[in-house]
Parts: sequence; C-alpha cells; structure tokens
Amino acid sequence: MQSELTISGFGGQGALFAGQLLAYAAMDSGLHVTWIPSYGPEMRGGTAHCTVIISHEDIGSPLVRNPAAVIVMNMPSLDKYEPLVTPGGVLVVNSSLTTRSPRRADIRAIDIPANSLAEELGSARLANVILLGAWAAATGVLPLEAIEKALAAHLPARHTDLVQANRDALRRGAALAGATAFRVGQLN
Amino acid sequence: MKQLLKGNEAMAEAAVRAGVEAYFGYPITPQTELLEYMSRRMPELNRVFLQAESEVAAINMVYGAACAGTRVMTSSSSPGVSLMMEGVSYIAGSEVPCVIVDVMRGGPGLGNIAPAQADYFQVVKGGGHGDYRLIVLAPATVQEAIDLTYEAFDIADKYRHTVVILADGNVGQLMEPAELPPMRPCDPGRARAPWALTGAAGRRKNIISSINLVPEVEEEFNRKLQAQLDVIRRHEVRYYEYETVDAEYVVVAFGTAGRVAQTAVKQARVLGLPVGLFRPISLFPFPEERLAELAQQARGFLVVEMNAGQMVEDVRLAVNGQAPVRFYGRMGGVVPLPDEVLTSIRHMTAKQEDYR
Repeated sequence: MQSELTISGFGGQGALFAGQLLAYAAMDSGLHVTWIPSYGPEMRGGTAHCTVIISHEDIGSPLVRNPAAVIVMNMPSLDKYEPLVTPGGVLVVNSSLTTRSPRRADIRAIDIPANSLAEELGSARLANVILLGAWAAATGVLPLEAIEKALAAHLPARHTDLVQANRDALRRGAALAGATAFRVGQLN
Repeated sequence: MKQLLKGNEAMAEAAVRAGVEAYFGYPITPQTELLEYMSRRMPELNRVFLQAESEVAAINMVYGAACAGTRVMTSSSSPGVSLMMEGVSYIAGSEVPCVIVDVMRGGPGLGNIAPAQADYFQVVKGGGHGDYRLIVLAPATVQEAIDLTYEAFDIADKYRHTVVILADGNVGQLMEPAELPPMRPCDPGRARAPWALTGAAGRRKNIISSINLVPEVEEEFNRKLQAQLDVIRRHEVRYYEYETVDAEYVVVAFGTAGRVAQTAVKQARVLGLPVGLFRPISLFPFPEERLAELAQQARGFLVVEMNAGQMVEDVRLAVNGQAPVRFYGRMGGVVPLPDEVLTSIRHMTAKQEDYR
C-alpha cells in the first residue's frame, strides 16, 4: 500500500519544509518515501508545492494524479487541488487564508485556521506544521511521535530551540483533526 | 546508513567519493544544486572547483584536465550540453576519459526547466561531429544516480572514454532515502594514466591530439575507436526488469519514464494483465540482445518516453519486426502519470495482436 500527500501554498509558507519533515519521519520509520518539489522560477509569494509518497514497497512514480491527501495553505491551492483529491481522501484546508469551504462531499475536508492558531502559539511560521499534524491525525499514515522524532533529529542545529514550538504545533493540529478522525490511506 | 538525499546533491557527493579531482561547470536549472554543492565541497577537500564563464569554456577545461590524467567532470542541462558538443567531440577524438552529468529539461531552444528526455538522440547518437559514441547511463532513482556516478569514473578510465549520466529534472530534484558509497582517495593521474600529459621528464613524450590530417591515418584511428566501442558493447550493457518472466506484453522506458511505467505495470498486474517492464540503464550500449530475446516471448511492446519518440527507434531495431512496437510520449517538460501509461497498456493488450 502507498499513501500520497501533496502540500501546496505560497512560497515562504513552509509547504516544502513540511513535506521534507514528513519524508524524514517516513524514512526513519523504515518506510519507502519520495519527496518531489515544484521547482523553477519560484519566489516568495509565488506558489510552491511538493508531493510526498510513503509506501511499504519500492515507489515507482513519484507523482500521482489523485493524491490520497492534500494540504492547501491558500486560496489558489484550494481551487486547484480540491478536485484532485482521490475519492474518500483527505483535504486539510488552512481556513485562515481561504474564503470558501470545500465543496466536495466524497472526501473528508478538515478546516484548520492554521495562521491564527500559529500566532496563538507564538509564531505565524508554525502554520505548516499545524496542518501537517492535522493530516497525521486524519490519515493515520504515520504516528505523530514519528514526526516529532524527525523534528528533533533533522532540524538544523541552529534551530533546536524551535523543536518544542513545532511539537506543540503538531499536537495542536492533530487534536483539532483527530477528535472524529477516520482512517484514510492508512498503510496497513 | 540511508540518508534523505536530493538527486543533484547525491550525484555530486558520489563523484567526490569516487575521487573526482576537478569540477568545471556553469549553473543551469535543473542541475544547479550539483554545481552549488561542488562549489562548497571541492575546496573543503583541497580539490579544484571552477565556475567557468560558459559551458564552452567548462568542457574545454574538462578536456585539458583529462589530458593531464586528472579525474574530472562537468554537469549541465540540455542547452548547456548543446554548447559543450564541440568539446565532447574533441574529447572523443583524443581518447581521454571524463564524466558528464546531463540533467535534461524541456526543449527545444531555451525551452523550460521541467523534466524531459528529449536529448536522447543528442547524447546517445552523437551531438558532436564525427563517428563517436558516448557511454550513456540513465538513472531512475536517487540510489541509482549515486551508484552510476560513482562507477562512471572507473568506466571512463577503463576505456579512455566519456561517460554521460543522463538524468532528467525529476531525478535531479527528487529526494529519496539512499546510501552513499565509501570515500575513495584521489588517485593522481601520473600513476593511473601512463598516456597522460604529466611532463615528459625521464620518459618518451606523450602526444594527445584529435587532429589527423592524413585520411588513411584518420581512418585507422576510426577503426581503433570502433573496435573499442565493440568492446564496450560487449561489457557495459545494463538494464532492469520487473515482472518480465511471464510477460506477454513489455513496456520499455528509461529514467523517470521507467519508474512511472513501473507503477502502471504494477497496476496492470492487479488487473490481471500479463505485462512487464524493461528499463534500459545503459542507453549506449543499448541492451538490444535482451530485447530481442523478449521479442520472442512478447506479443507487443509499448515504449514510454518524455519526448516525441526517440529510444523507440532503438527498440524497433532490437525487436526487428518480431512484435508490434507502440509508443506513448509526453513532450516539452510534461511528465506522464501512471494512469496515462495504464491506458496505453490496456489499448495494447485489448488488441490481442500477435504478429508471429
């Protein structure tokens, strides 16, 4: 079995970092994983997205048309990716920066006001990790602890002071999504 | 221990660990991380990193260093590699070893920076002038990119030949867990390459040149070059197979198209379709013998490429009319997705064609 997650937002929101964090957590959990970014003439405020595939087996294509889950961090990403989530999949929406609710009834959409929550936690830059926590709780693909361990193990040394804040952010997102979580895209 | 590595950086570190002594290059997306990594790593090890003023300059620096027996490489992407082609031909005409990493992007022209495979003809068939071929190795995963780059320098030395690692933007930008090989010490050319221009004190002078004004002499050199290519054809064929043992239909694809096709083949197997994947890793020498064997068991082939159909010509030559060969391709930097390939597989198997 494999599970796919696309994370999309404005450049600078940390979409690529959240995906890398997840890739480290998957690798450290002994799973196969690929991380592929959008790359190119990107700039702060432009769009940025990445796709992470996690599997028990060798991964063929690092890209999919219909990912099992998508985290959208802004309005253009919601418009682009809502139609692409696989039926029965998960759509985590940063409702702080979107002006409408998701429309599809055949997926599980989770609204998380990630920017306001991040500011409550002390830094707007934690929004990406809050949303990742929501994804983890909603899909059950990886335990939250695996992502927490990856934070401590792979955050550059100059950022070790941020580990606790990121851990809090993960848990905050997971708590919001997890109360009624059903398991989609679970690996086993 | 496995680390999460980006293709471009992984190839750079693999070259470092293979003992590359000098890197010359010029930045171009989607391979720039390789050059950037080298700009930090090579000086750290007291080795040569030089950002040239252009790709033309870079390849001629590679040529010069190779003549001196230096373990040397460059890396670029499609338009940059086009600029290098004159130097590539001179290097072939001089029989000196080097490694070139080409991370292909969308073209023709300035094109774009998205992943493509449209330079198969250029790199595998020629590109520069004259009767020469390059040894071309096409990785599909970060691990393969590491392993092939690490080995490329020894292959280049063995045949005094250019080895190209032909990747695409996807392989360059992808991150995957992969393992790096052990660090090998630099092996100075003076000891390794008795033919090199290292100063003739105490020995007969060596001459390296690609000029042969007398046609008969040039023909003799060409014969020698062709004989060497035959040795390479016998010893350097590489490929990967997936589910081919009982396959009645075979998908053929290299690099990123190969791993996309593998997902489609896996899905086809779930549907009960007797399909396998054949992924050439060496594009020259092309694994034509194994394909000819598969043509004896297969009712049809599907070639998938990120171009308008280039390798498909080599597949058709190898299959030699034993089975129909279809083609599915995306161009201009568009990467095909597994569902597109699966649709092509279903069309192929639904026809129930059997030409035997």
